[in-house]
Amino acid sequence: MGYSFWLKTWMAGLMLTLMLAGVKAAAETIHLRCASTTSTENSGLFKYLLPIFEKKTGIHVDVVAVGTGAAIEIGKRGDADMLMVHAKAQELQAVQEGYFVNRHDLMYNDFVIIGPAGDPLQIKGLTSAVDAFKKIYAAGGPFVSRGDKSGTNVKELALWKAAGLDPKGKPWYLEVGQGMEKTQRLANEKRAYTLSDRGTWLATKDKDRLEMQIVLEGDPSLFNQYGVMVVNPEKHPQVKYKEAMTFINWLTSPEGQQTIAAFRDAHGNQLFIPNAK
Amino acid sequence: MSDLLSFLGGLDLQELWGIVWLSLWVSAAALMLATAIALPLAALLALRRFPGRDAVINTLHTFMGLPPVVVGLFLYLLLSRQGLLGFLSLLYTPGAMVLAQTILAWPIVASLAHAAIVNVDPVIRQAAVTLGATPRQQAVTIIKEARYGIISAIMAGFGRANAEVGAVLIVGGNIAGYTRVMTTAIALETDKGNFELGIVLGIILLALALLANLALRRLQRRGRGAGLEMSSWA
Repeated sequence: MGYSFWLKTWMAGLMLTLMLAGVKAAAETIHLRCASTTSTENSGLFKYLLPIFEKKTGIHVDVVAVGTGAAIEIGKRGDADMLMVHAKAQELQAVQEGYFVNRHDLMYNDFVIIGPAGDPLQIKGLTSAVDAFKKIYAAGGPFVSRGDKSGTNVKELALWKAAGLDPKGKPWYLEVGQGMEKTQRLANEKRAYTLSDRGTWLATKDKDRLEMQIVLEGDPSLFNQYGVMVVNPEKHPQVKYKEAMTFINWLTSPEGQQTIAAFRDAHGNQLFIPNAK
Repeated sequence: MSDLLSFLGGLDLQELWGIVWLSLWVSAAALMLATAIALPLAALLALRRFPGRDAVINTLHTFMGLPPVVVGLFLYLLLSRQGLLGFLSLLYTPGAMVLAQTILAWPIVASLAHAAIVNVDPVIRQAAVTLGATPRQQAVTIIKEARYGIISAIMAGFGRANAEVGAVLIVGGNIAGYTRVMTTAIALETDKGNFELGIVLGIILLALALLANLALRRLQRRGRGAGLEMSSWA
């Protein structure tokens, strides 16, 4: 077994691998790169939406799912063609700074305040989430907080702030540092109120036999607005502007909006409500 | 089988096969590149004395512990449109993942191969000298003697490349059907709360590692057999 044999085997292997890589790269169609967030990807929306769009236009969309901050940064650096994220204030600021163009509202999902089936604090009937939080604070809860810096947690903290209150450290304010489903179960055991997202609530309320109900919903401050925008081609000439606009125009068209509205999660719930103008 | 398939949930077989295939070829390409860099360096470090040699060995040993996330971030900045190598358009392609795994694997292959070559009994070299071998022939003899350890080094390198998640997630982007490999798929499914699917994928990944190691072991045994023939350097 001479050394030239091993060398030849090794060289052949390397060649073959690189060739395979080349062939794969050559066989590809137009790839549009969309930076988005993990929660959007995890919802299964892209898996449902993209094949419909590709079938119609022949454009293949690659989704890079990262945190909201990273998605915007990736777009600013020109490493993606377009963005679908849910951080409207940051999006508008980045558009203002000239990094993105053609931003559109696309859809929203929402948070709900849930509480014990009997609603002892009589939150039902209120229309403002901030008022509900004030009432919970005044009555001394109890209230269960995610306490994990998740999107839901950030929203909850923003609502306390808007109410001008700081429940941190109060004996009735429980920061559990757990996922949404466990947090709901804990709230159920403690006969407490909590903030949840509609998707998790719908998917788990029967399974976990929660003796709870939605006590407040529909307040715009509970909406989680999703937007789409294109990387500014004047900053990054390599951006696939035309394809990105094809995608955005389709998403915001009546047809795209209906497609979004028809999306259901694994439990048959509608997670996103289209609201493009 | 149908039980396994029900575990796969939203993942169809074709998709799974694509992920497995990509994992394999990215790691294989990275391993070959890493070996191509590492082996000559290991031989040089083991057989030659030159100024700064200790410094190189120390650096190499330190690089064995390179944090993948740091390598990922560094490569991201390098390959980004704003980066030095941005013109290559490599970011978010399998090529970028090969590069990341190569960077992570080569110091391990080089360090372990170096150790294997250093540990060859000095008697071998002396015997070669006595038999009139040129320095080149001596080197070949010593490296042949160390092949068992060298293949172990390559196995360790494969483990590092194949099990890596942090760096390939950053530079590959975990794009479905394009840059999603086993490890990033597992991270994603865990994120989604599909723990069963994550475990199934983990078992498949381990099975792949076992197959790759069995193949390399075969090579290792054959290498050892060849050694017994005392094939000459002539």
